[in-house]
Amino acid sequence: MSVVTLQMGQCGNQVGGQFFNMIARDTFDQSLAKCNVPRQTNQQFIDDVCERFFSQEEGSLKARAVMVDMEPKVIAMTTTEAKRSGLFQYNNKQQFCQKCGSGNNWAHGFLVHGSKCSQQVMDLIQKEAEKCDRLEGFFTLMSLAGGTGSGLGAYITQCVRDEFPHSFIMNQVTWPFDTGEVIVQNYNAVLTLSHLYQSSDAILIVENDQEQKICSQLLNIKKISFSDINEVIGHKLASFLQPAKSNNLTSNHLGEMLEHLVPHPEYKLLTMKTIPFMSENNIQYSAYQWPGLVKHLTQMLIANASMEEGIDWGVKLSSTGLAYNKSMANSLFLRGLDVNTVDVSSFKDGRLYPSWLPSEACLASWTNQRTFNKYEKSASLVSNSQTPLISLNHVIDKAWSMFTSRAYVHQYIKHGLAEEDFLDSFACLEQVIKNYKDL
Amino acid sequence: MTQSIVVQVGQCGNQIGFRFWDLALREHSSLNKTGLYDDAVSSFFRNVDTRYSDPADIPVGHGLGKIKDLKARAVLIDMEEGVVNEIMKGPLRGVFDYKQLITDVSGAGNNWAIGHKMYGAKYKEEISETIRRAAELCDCLQCFFVIHSMGGGTGSGLGSFVLNLLHEEYPDIYRFVMAVYPSHEDDVITSPYNSVLAMRQLTDNADCVLPVENQALVDIVNKINQANPKLAERKSSRGHVKAGSAISTGDGGIVKGKDEKPFDSMNNIAANVLLNMTSSARFEGSLNVDLNEITMNLVPFPKMHYLVTSQTPLYSVSDVHIPPRRLDQMFSDAFSKDHQLIKADPKHSLYLACALMVRGKVEVSDIRRNIERLQSSLKFIHWNRDGWKTGLCNVAPVGQPYSLLTIANNTCVHHTFSGLRDRFVKLYKRKVMYVVYPWKNNSKHVSQHI
Repeated sequence: MSVVTLQMGQCGNQVGGQFFNMIARDTFDQSLAKCNVPRQTNQQFIDDVCERFFSQEEGSLKARAVMVDMEPKVIAMTTTEAKRSGLFQYNNKQQFCQKCGSGNNWAHGFLVHGSKCSQQVMDLIQKEAEKCDRLEGFFTLMSLAGGTGSGLGAYITQCVRDEFPHSFIMNQVTWPFDTGEVIVQNYNAVLTLSHLYQSSDAILIVENDQEQKICSQLLNIKKISFSDINEVIGHKLASFLQPAKSNNLTSNHLGEMLEHLVPHPEYKLLTMKTIPFMSENNIQYSAYQWPGLVKHLTQMLIANASMEEGIDWGVKLSSTGLAYNKSMANSLFLRGLDVNTVDVSSFKDGRLYPSWLPSEACLASWTNQRTFNKYEKSASLVSNSQTPLISLNHVIDKAWSMFTSRAYVHQYIKHGLAEEDFLDSFACLEQVIKNYKDL
Repeated sequence: MTQSIVVQVGQCGNQIGFRFWDLALREHSSLNKTGLYDDAVSSFFRNVDTRYSDPADIPVGHGLGKIKDLKARAVLIDMEEGVVNEIMKGPLRGVFDYKQLITDVSGAGNNWAIGHKMYGAKYKEEISETIRRAAELCDCLQCFFVIHSMGGGTGSGLGSFVLNLLHEEYPDIYRFVMAVYPSHEDDVITSPYNSVLAMRQLTDNADCVLPVENQALVDIVNKINQANPKLAERKSSRGHVKAGSAISTGDGGIVKGKDEKPFDSMNNIAANVLLNMTSSARFEGSLNVDLNEITMNLVPFPKMHYLVTSQTPLYSVSDVHIPPRRLDQMFSDAFSKDHQLIKADPKHSLYLACALMVRGKVEVSDIRRNIERLQSSLKFIHWNRDGWKTGLCNVAPVGQPYSLLTIANNTCVHHTFSGLRDRFVKLYKRKVMYVVYPWKNNSKHVSQHI
């Protein structure tokens, strides 16, 4: 079952490049000895990955991806980097770019570029989808702050939903830094999320601030560049999108995962937590065990921490005391040695979930004996929980205070948006927040 | 890749423009080692085959064609021939096509009305035609850069007329204006009149105005000269300025040292602003900032588009052991009043928005760190507390490992404007020079401009 990746805008393309790089390195570049599985199983794994993410064309492995950007520089850079890695390539015909960017303007990306370019982009997507034997769904990578990723991304998601009503669509959105990368990022984020909520099946949120903290505190990188941050994001994405099997031996296809994670259409926001993260030098010296990893991951979920350092152990699962993070559904991915011996009961605790949820629907766990990306044991949790609420509230507050003074609104109106659209988006997101708060 | 056209009007505009083209050639030649005509070069230059009498334009194509002969995408306008003739006699004459020049003989006499009304009417067709020709040679034209002064006659009068024209004929193309405002002790007596009359046009017709003041440029040049002793006396000791690294030098450009004119170092600074602003659009980087993003993020309300710029570092030290504090120092300097291109102090005024365009070996974590550090000492408006826009370009400027250009929408510009208004009112009350502005006959019209 194949997944077609859509990379939109500068951020989407840069993250996509690192994501495919991570998968290619982990799948093709690992020596058999390190993988912890027999040769046949490894070969099966490689075949699965190839079917899911790559297609064999003209003698080389091409990523199942469509790259869209309004200016040509980023796509060129990403394609060159892929070629340089020698493991995979991007298909030159599956790229769409224009000359002029969207100028960080959601309205420009959605209304102007959307109507102009949607036909050509949909043609490319159609071609890519036809190459798949069985199409599982679409995985879109975009940012919330810019103009192309957010505006055009939202428009294309809508088009894809119309064109492929039975496929699953998961959008990975990159939340910008809190202290501003782009001044109108809050407007763009509000408009994008409200539109994505209608057409997408799941919205996976990745926050730049948190990824940077992981880079600086866990990976000990002194001068953090965007490619470091994107590598972390690629690692997290690959850790749950790579093939794995559940207890009753069903494979973790996109549809299976999303059916479990998004049981109700009003609750679509997903977040990822992955442990462990450590720098290359430290991996050889660490000796972590599954009980420790599981305990840390559970507490990270309860206390809403994004990485294994700085977890607040004071937050406990009790109705009195500090409020803890409630979830709608959780999916756990375990990879590495001795995965069958892991005790995951701490994630099935009924207090983590709302009372009306049946207990079997709480946790889905997927395992794979093959080690992932040089970590002997690694665990990843994708949860549909109240984690994104804090950032979401923040963004809405800032966007609202800008809107009350009508700052920058003339730039959006110039391209055809109206003030009612802004108000609709605010209302939609307020509803989402309320739903999650009441969990 | 998009193209931009530079329209230089008047003596000041043409002199700054001349420095701009020299520095642009220097930058591209130092980066483009293979001599291929690629997208980056095409944003300001056309590749032409001069074997034809009307030089045929060679498009970028695959970006693998060799550079035959470069012509600047520029329109040079001046109502007296002196400055433009000098340019065409000088070493850069090959870069300009004679069809892109519009000149007259007598000049505008430091009178906005003559520049705007008389010459405007006379040359409207010709200007429109020349710009149209330049625009047609562009694949995807994104913006016009108009460079002119506010105090003179041609620059302010005809310059604002051209801006008007561009707004009417090309409403979708962005118009960035670099306007040189007169300082307090300006030698032109009618400069306040000219400036105020031109301001009205700028407010209505420009998308973005970057005001520059001569006094500020003089101070910056003095600062650089203090740190940079004469060539003969320089010893290789620490703390001395590396040759050719100051933003005011044209080292490595076509114009050699002895031909440099007195205003050149000041004009170089202004030209560098334009180069740095467009660097992210021309070269690759991990966080690109296109020109339309600058207008989008820094102009919250349509009329408030006057942006204060500052550049750092002014020069790079030849000391090899540069401490990492230098990078943070660069960020702090960018907000001090000595580095701004107008005489104003942004730290004590309110910021509406601020953009940091970084070039060279700087990473996103450095920028984050500095933003957090400086956030507390700067006052931002309440609805835009985190009003930062960042851009990262991988290509460093010539002679320096990294540089920072800050473009801010800050209320400190009102000091410059109110000073201008006071001088205007002082003259207007006494009806000084009033008689030479025959078209400005109703005071209602004039008071509108205030």
